Amino acid sequence: MEFLVEPLEYEFFRHGLLAALMVGSLCGLIGMYVVLRGMSYVGHGLSHAAFGGAVVGFMLNLDFYAGAGMMGLLAALLINRITRNGEIKLDAAIGIVTTAMFALGVAIISQVRTYSQNFEAALFGNILGITNEDLLIIGLVTACTIISILYLYRPLLFSTFDNEAARIFGIRTEIVQFTFSFLLTLSIIASMNVVGVTMIAATLITPALTARMLTDSFGRMLVYSFIIGAGTGVTGMYLSYIFNAASGATIVLFGALLFCLAAFIKRCRVLFVNQSARQQRQELR
Amino acid sequence: MNAAITLSDVTAGYGHNVVFSGLSLEIPTGRFAGIVGPTGCGKTTLLRTILGVQPIFSGDVRLNGWPVANVPLGTIGYVPQLGSVDWNFPVTVEEVIMMGFYASKRIWPWASREERERTHELAHRLGIYDCLRQPIMNISGGQRQRAFLARALINNPQLLVLDEPTSGVDIKTQHEVLHLLDDINSDGITILLSTHDLNAIASHLPWVICFNKGMVAQGQPHDIFTNDILTRTYGGDMVVIRHEGHFLIANNTLLHLTGNHHGISG
Repeated sequence: MEFLVEPLEYEFFRHGLLAALMVGSLCGLIGMYVVLRGMSYVGHGLSHAAFGGAVVGFMLNLDFYAGAGMMGLLAALLINRITRNGEIKLDAAIGIVTTAMFALGVAIISQVRTYSQNFEAALFGNILGITNEDLLIIGLVTACTIISILYLYRPLLFSTFDNEAARIFGIRTEIVQFTFSFLLTLSIIASMNVVGVTMIAATLITPALTARMLTDSFGRMLVYSFIIGAGTGVTGMYLSYIFNAASGATIVLFGALLFCLAAFIKRCRVLFVNQSARQQRQELR
Repeated sequence: MNAAITLSDVTAGYGHNVVFSGLSLEIPTGRFAGIVGPTGCGKTTLLRTILGVQPIFSGDVRLNGWPVANVPLGTIGYVPQLGSVDWNFPVTVEEVIMMGFYASKRIWPWASREERERTHELAHRLGIYDCLRQPIMNISGGQRQRAFLARALINNPQLLVLDEPTSGVDIKTQHEVLHLLDDINSDGITILLSTHDLNAIASHLPWVICFNKGMVAQGQPHDIFTNDILTRTYGGDMVVIRHEGHFLIANNTLLHLTGNHHGISG
């Protein structure tokens, strides 16, 4: 048990562990809807747009979160607007909007070389450099997302399953979609410094996909995804300490390992069910 | 008494393309009607217009006298085309049926006792009680149709709209669905469905609306299913074979190709 307690003596580890726990559960929760709404690419794109915003914000002497937040929200709004009449597909809109915003950030960094070090954390994550302000923001976003998802559970589930039917039944799907985009953007911005732009997509979708392997019920999948996300964050942090590896990358790799394990369990279960059915048929003959 | 559905001079379409224009249609309360027409004739656009999800260019759509945008919650029950549903989505039959409640003001994610009781009562009535805990991907086509029908009926709607309810299911299930709808209609619920299947479905409906980018004709099948009306609806040379009160509708060109055109009368 000592290996569990020993790292807690360090403040940077305590901060990192708390951040990983919150970001893991946050991404597990919001990622569930990202996966089921077929928006995996949105998470990836928004993180890139937020990165561009952070660089622009830094140039204008704005706070990191303010710049990233404004550009992330602008990207979400633009994507919604461009895809509204169905002429341009979602993936194409994300490709245009978010890559252009990311490119803007890269262009600014290339002009002012001294910026590059400041944004390494945003690109690759720096969980061990988490400050009290970061923790506060991650905590607020996590609490806000949990409350919103509990409050919107019913309309979100219906509109995720069948958006048009949800509208016909009287759900105001535009408001649900806008609120979800807002929560997703906040979650990505809060997670950026922890796992980095390059690994946010994996942190968002892996817990949900792992949970999908374990259940066919929406309610249970949501709970599993939340727990798997939190567990992956905490375990990944300890593994990164033990093996002296980059924290964000270790969390993502451990998440991928869990997914493989869950997929294997599912495969075994299917084989077992098929074999039992075969045996029953043979006995009936 | 207000008609269940009233369309007055409605023009609808997508972008700059008009699908139908100046359409007026009235469906009285309690009617069981089907819209028939070829693929791409605007059936789905018409249904979407009636359901209030299709932006219209001009005209007025009313359900039970209410403008379609202000219809009270629970007035409409809707069953989508089975082909449009994501069957890999992780939901159980019970969760699908309960979605019918999800526009209500209840904020707790879990179901209330009344909601659960109503769900179980409908599942019993529609014969799907035993598969309530099953994921939707594991049940048969007929059970899926009943699950969506249960969701549509959960709020005791006055109008039930079904988009191609019998496509993708076998003949036995098609007849079961028709009987079930007939039973629901006898409770006073107005039913409107779309179908492209003239022989198995439309000829068994009490009222048929022939549609092709506009209204061609409407009435009871034995009045409506004539060579002339069906040819105007489908754009091809259609023939109706009548035998002891039953219909068989076929494309004359195809009959000639297969050599089965002898002894056909309109």
